[in-house]
Amino acid sequence: MTRPAVLILGGRSDIGLAIARRFAADGHPIQLAARDAAGLEADRRDIELRHRVAVSLHDFDVLDTGSHAALLDGLPALPGIAVCVVGLMGEQAESERDPLAAARVMRSNYEGPALILAELANRFEARGSGTLVGVSSVAGERGRRKNYVYGSAKAGFTAFLSGLRNRLAGKGVHVVTVLPGFVATRMTAGMDLPAKLTAAPEEVAASVERAVARARDVVYVRPVWALVMGIIRAIPESRFKRMDI
Amino acid sequence: MMLSGWGRFPRQECRTSRPRDEAELRAALAQGGAIARGNGRSYGDSALSPRNTVDMRGWSRMLDFEPDTGRLVAEAGVVLGDVVAAFLPRGWFPSVTPGTKFVTLGGMIAADVHGKNHHRDGSFGAFVDWIDVMGPDGEVTRCSRDESPDLFHWTLGGMGLTGVILRAAFRLRRVESAWIRQTMVPAPGLDAAIDAMEAARDSTYSVAWIDCLSRGEALGRSLVMLGEHAAWDDLDRTRRDAPFVIPERRRLRVPMDLPSVVLGGASLRAFNALYYRNGARKRGESLVDWDGFFYPLDAIHDWNRIYGRRGFAQFQCVLPLDASRHGMRALLRAISDAGTGSFLAVLKRLGPGGAGMSFPMEGYTLALDFPVTEANLRLLDGLDRIVLDHGGRFYLAKDSRMTRATLRRADPRADLFQRLRQELRMTPSFASAQSERLGL
Ligand SMILES: Cc1cc2nc3c(=O)[nH]c(=O)nc-3n(C[C@H](O)[C@H](O)[C@H](O)COP(=O)(O)OP(=O)(O)OC[C@H]3O[C@@H](n4cnc5c(N)ncnc54)[C@H](O)[C@@H]3O)c2cc1C
Ligand SMILES: NC(=O)c1ccc[n+]([C@@H]2O[C@H](COP(=O)([O-])OP(=O)(O)OC[C@H]3O[C@@H](n4cnc5c(N)ncnc54)[C@H](OP(=O)(O)O)[C@@H]3O)[C@@H](O)[C@H]2O)c1
Repeated sequence: MTRPAVLILGGRSDIGLAIARRFAADGHPIQLAARDAAGLEADRRDIELRHRVAVSLHDFDVLDTGSHAALLDGLPALPGIAVCVVGLMGEQAESERDPLAAARVMRSNYEGPALILAELANRFEARGSGTLVGVSSVAGERGRRKNYVYGSAKAGFTAFLSGLRNRLAGKGVHVVTVLPGFVATRMTAGMDLPAKLTAAPEEVAASVERAVARARDVVYVRPVWALVMGIIRAIPESRFKRMDI
Repeated sequence: MMLSGWGRFPRQECRTSRPRDEAELRAALAQGGAIARGNGRSYGDSALSPRNTVDMRGWSRMLDFEPDTGRLVAEAGVVLGDVVAAFLPRGWFPSVTPGTKFVTLGGMIAADVHGKNHHRDGSFGAFVDWIDVMGPDGEVTRCSRDESPDLFHWTLGGMGLTGVILRAAFRLRRVESAWIRQTMVPAPGLDAAIDAMEAARDSTYSVAWIDCLSRGEALGRSLVMLGEHAAWDDLDRTRRDAPFVIPERRRLRVPMDLPSVVLGGASLRAFNALYYRNGARKRGESLVDWDGFFYPLDAIHDWNRIYGRRGFAQFQCVLPLDASRHGMRALLRAISDAGTGSFLAVLKRLGPGGAGMSFPMEGYTLALDFPVTEANLRLLDGLDRIVLDHGGRFYLAKDSRMTRATLRRADPRADLFQRLRQELRMTPSFASAQSERLGL
């Protein structure tokens, strides 16, 4: 039985590679799309050697929205599953000072990811099948002073995914929203994260695979985050604005 | 971050980095006093440097495989169990494996690990074709038996002290199944155990689980296990259909540090006696799967916690062949009289030694654990003396407490290695807590 190809947008990210390995272990061919894709040659060989699936590399810049269609045209096949893990945390302080920096964070977390998934959505819809996975963040659940530029872009992405899911329901195309809490990756390297709230990239990958298999709509990677965010959302704005969390 | 080896003794606060590529690694090494760390399965302080511990587990990619020769090229952080998972279904198995599959390629090279087939096939290094090593200046050298042979020679068994291993090429062996034909030979005493292993020199695998607490006539009573990779012909019909598939193992986990009373002398003695009697009943041939045969302890996660909070020290020595019977008897008597030690110890025949600071030499090796207590540390000093008196030496991958003087009396290569490291400016660029303790 041949399994559908899995496209990873943001193929260099720790989470993206973990997702690729997970699907490869189940026999799915993998398409890794990333900036400077040639630099992923060792990862390509690793996945091919371990899992005996075909892995292809594709240059991809999420901000170069004009090239999205060409990227998809250049894939060996339209994938069955597409996962977007592209994201950019940026520095909150810099985003406050420099509008260009803020715009880059907004575009990298919202505009770019939304538009590439929109392009895929149209093709999946025409085919009548497929699963789109967007990796957003709990940071989009409520704006906080520490990272609201990033958080607001993730909020936009989360809302976009929700609308896309609504549009495609009943058309054979499913949309999964993933809301990881803390994950130990390059993005968070050097931060002092609480162990109980911090997932390994492999855990994110496992929950993505499960969510795709069971056609879940919205998943938090560690269940405790649903609780944490429930509480944070419930705090009245008049109190929240004075808090430092 | 607080780090220790598998024995959880000693523990040290270590500055740790996790470089992803050569540039990041070079920057980390520039800080000096660096030691590479793999999966932390060495028992003592070999992979600890308070100043600069370099976690290599991110270097975990397999890069190339030649299906004709079974040669795999992989990064140093690749874990042995992943090699088995990827290649056993294709009919390949590691040529040499230690008693746990949770070790990295870098750790296996740096300790030049031996397996149950050392008497026949030598250590892991015998199957390594080349190694890429990053030296003190951040330069990467590919070394092999032909290119930079000295670096190759001393990196095998060099415990990370010659530089950081980035990647290596090593050969796997062809197998026809995931099964081992095991022969169990109960040996009522030490001489019988050694006789059985001498008689089995042609067996691919041989090892003895030895009851260290037995005394008198029964001193050194053992279960000697011999093994051969089962050929397809050796399998019954159901197994022939899927020769590389084995039943899923149940995993156990040690929930917490056990209080040390659980491991008191009386319960140990009873456990060991029971183990021997049960085993002796299963004498003869049976078919066992690779995981159970090579990695019995891997089924119990975190088993290193059974020795309590203070951790434990492993003792592993090798005695030259002609001193083995006498020396092992002396060691076992000292251990049995003290009435402490691990559930079981391992006795094994080794073949001739190999590279650099590599541990094996022709003779017998004994390995066992001791919970860290004042009394046990004194006992270990006594065991060191017995080993020295018999011309033996110690395994650095297991050591956490030996003195400089003991190492030098046991191993004339230590001074040579120390001088070479200085000449090649590997000191002070590369250092571990162990190398500082031992003056390497
Ligand atoms: C249950 C158990 C059974 C064992 N059985 C055996 C056995 O049968 N035979 C045997 O020989 N050993 C055995 N060992 C010991 C083990 O094989 C070695 O200690 C091995 O070195 C551990 O590998 P690691 O990746 O965990 O390395 P670590 O413990 O992290 O490091 C060990 C040494 O390797 C060096 N090192 C690690 N990675 C690199 C690198 N990339 N570059 C340079 N140096 C590096 C470190 O500096 C250190 O000196 C056993 C250990 C356990 C826990
Ligand atoms: N780590 C966490 O705690 C955490 C928590 C919640 C959500 N997330 C989300 O999880 C996703 C994966 O992040 P990660 O933790 O694995 O961190 P990461 O390694 O930094 O991954 C982010 C990836 O996005 C890619 N990217 C950024 N800008 C791009 C662009 N213009 N074009 C193409 N690719 C671009 C980066 O590519 P390059 O490699 O080329 O730079 C990088 O691979 C992100 O969306 C992140 O927001 C992470």
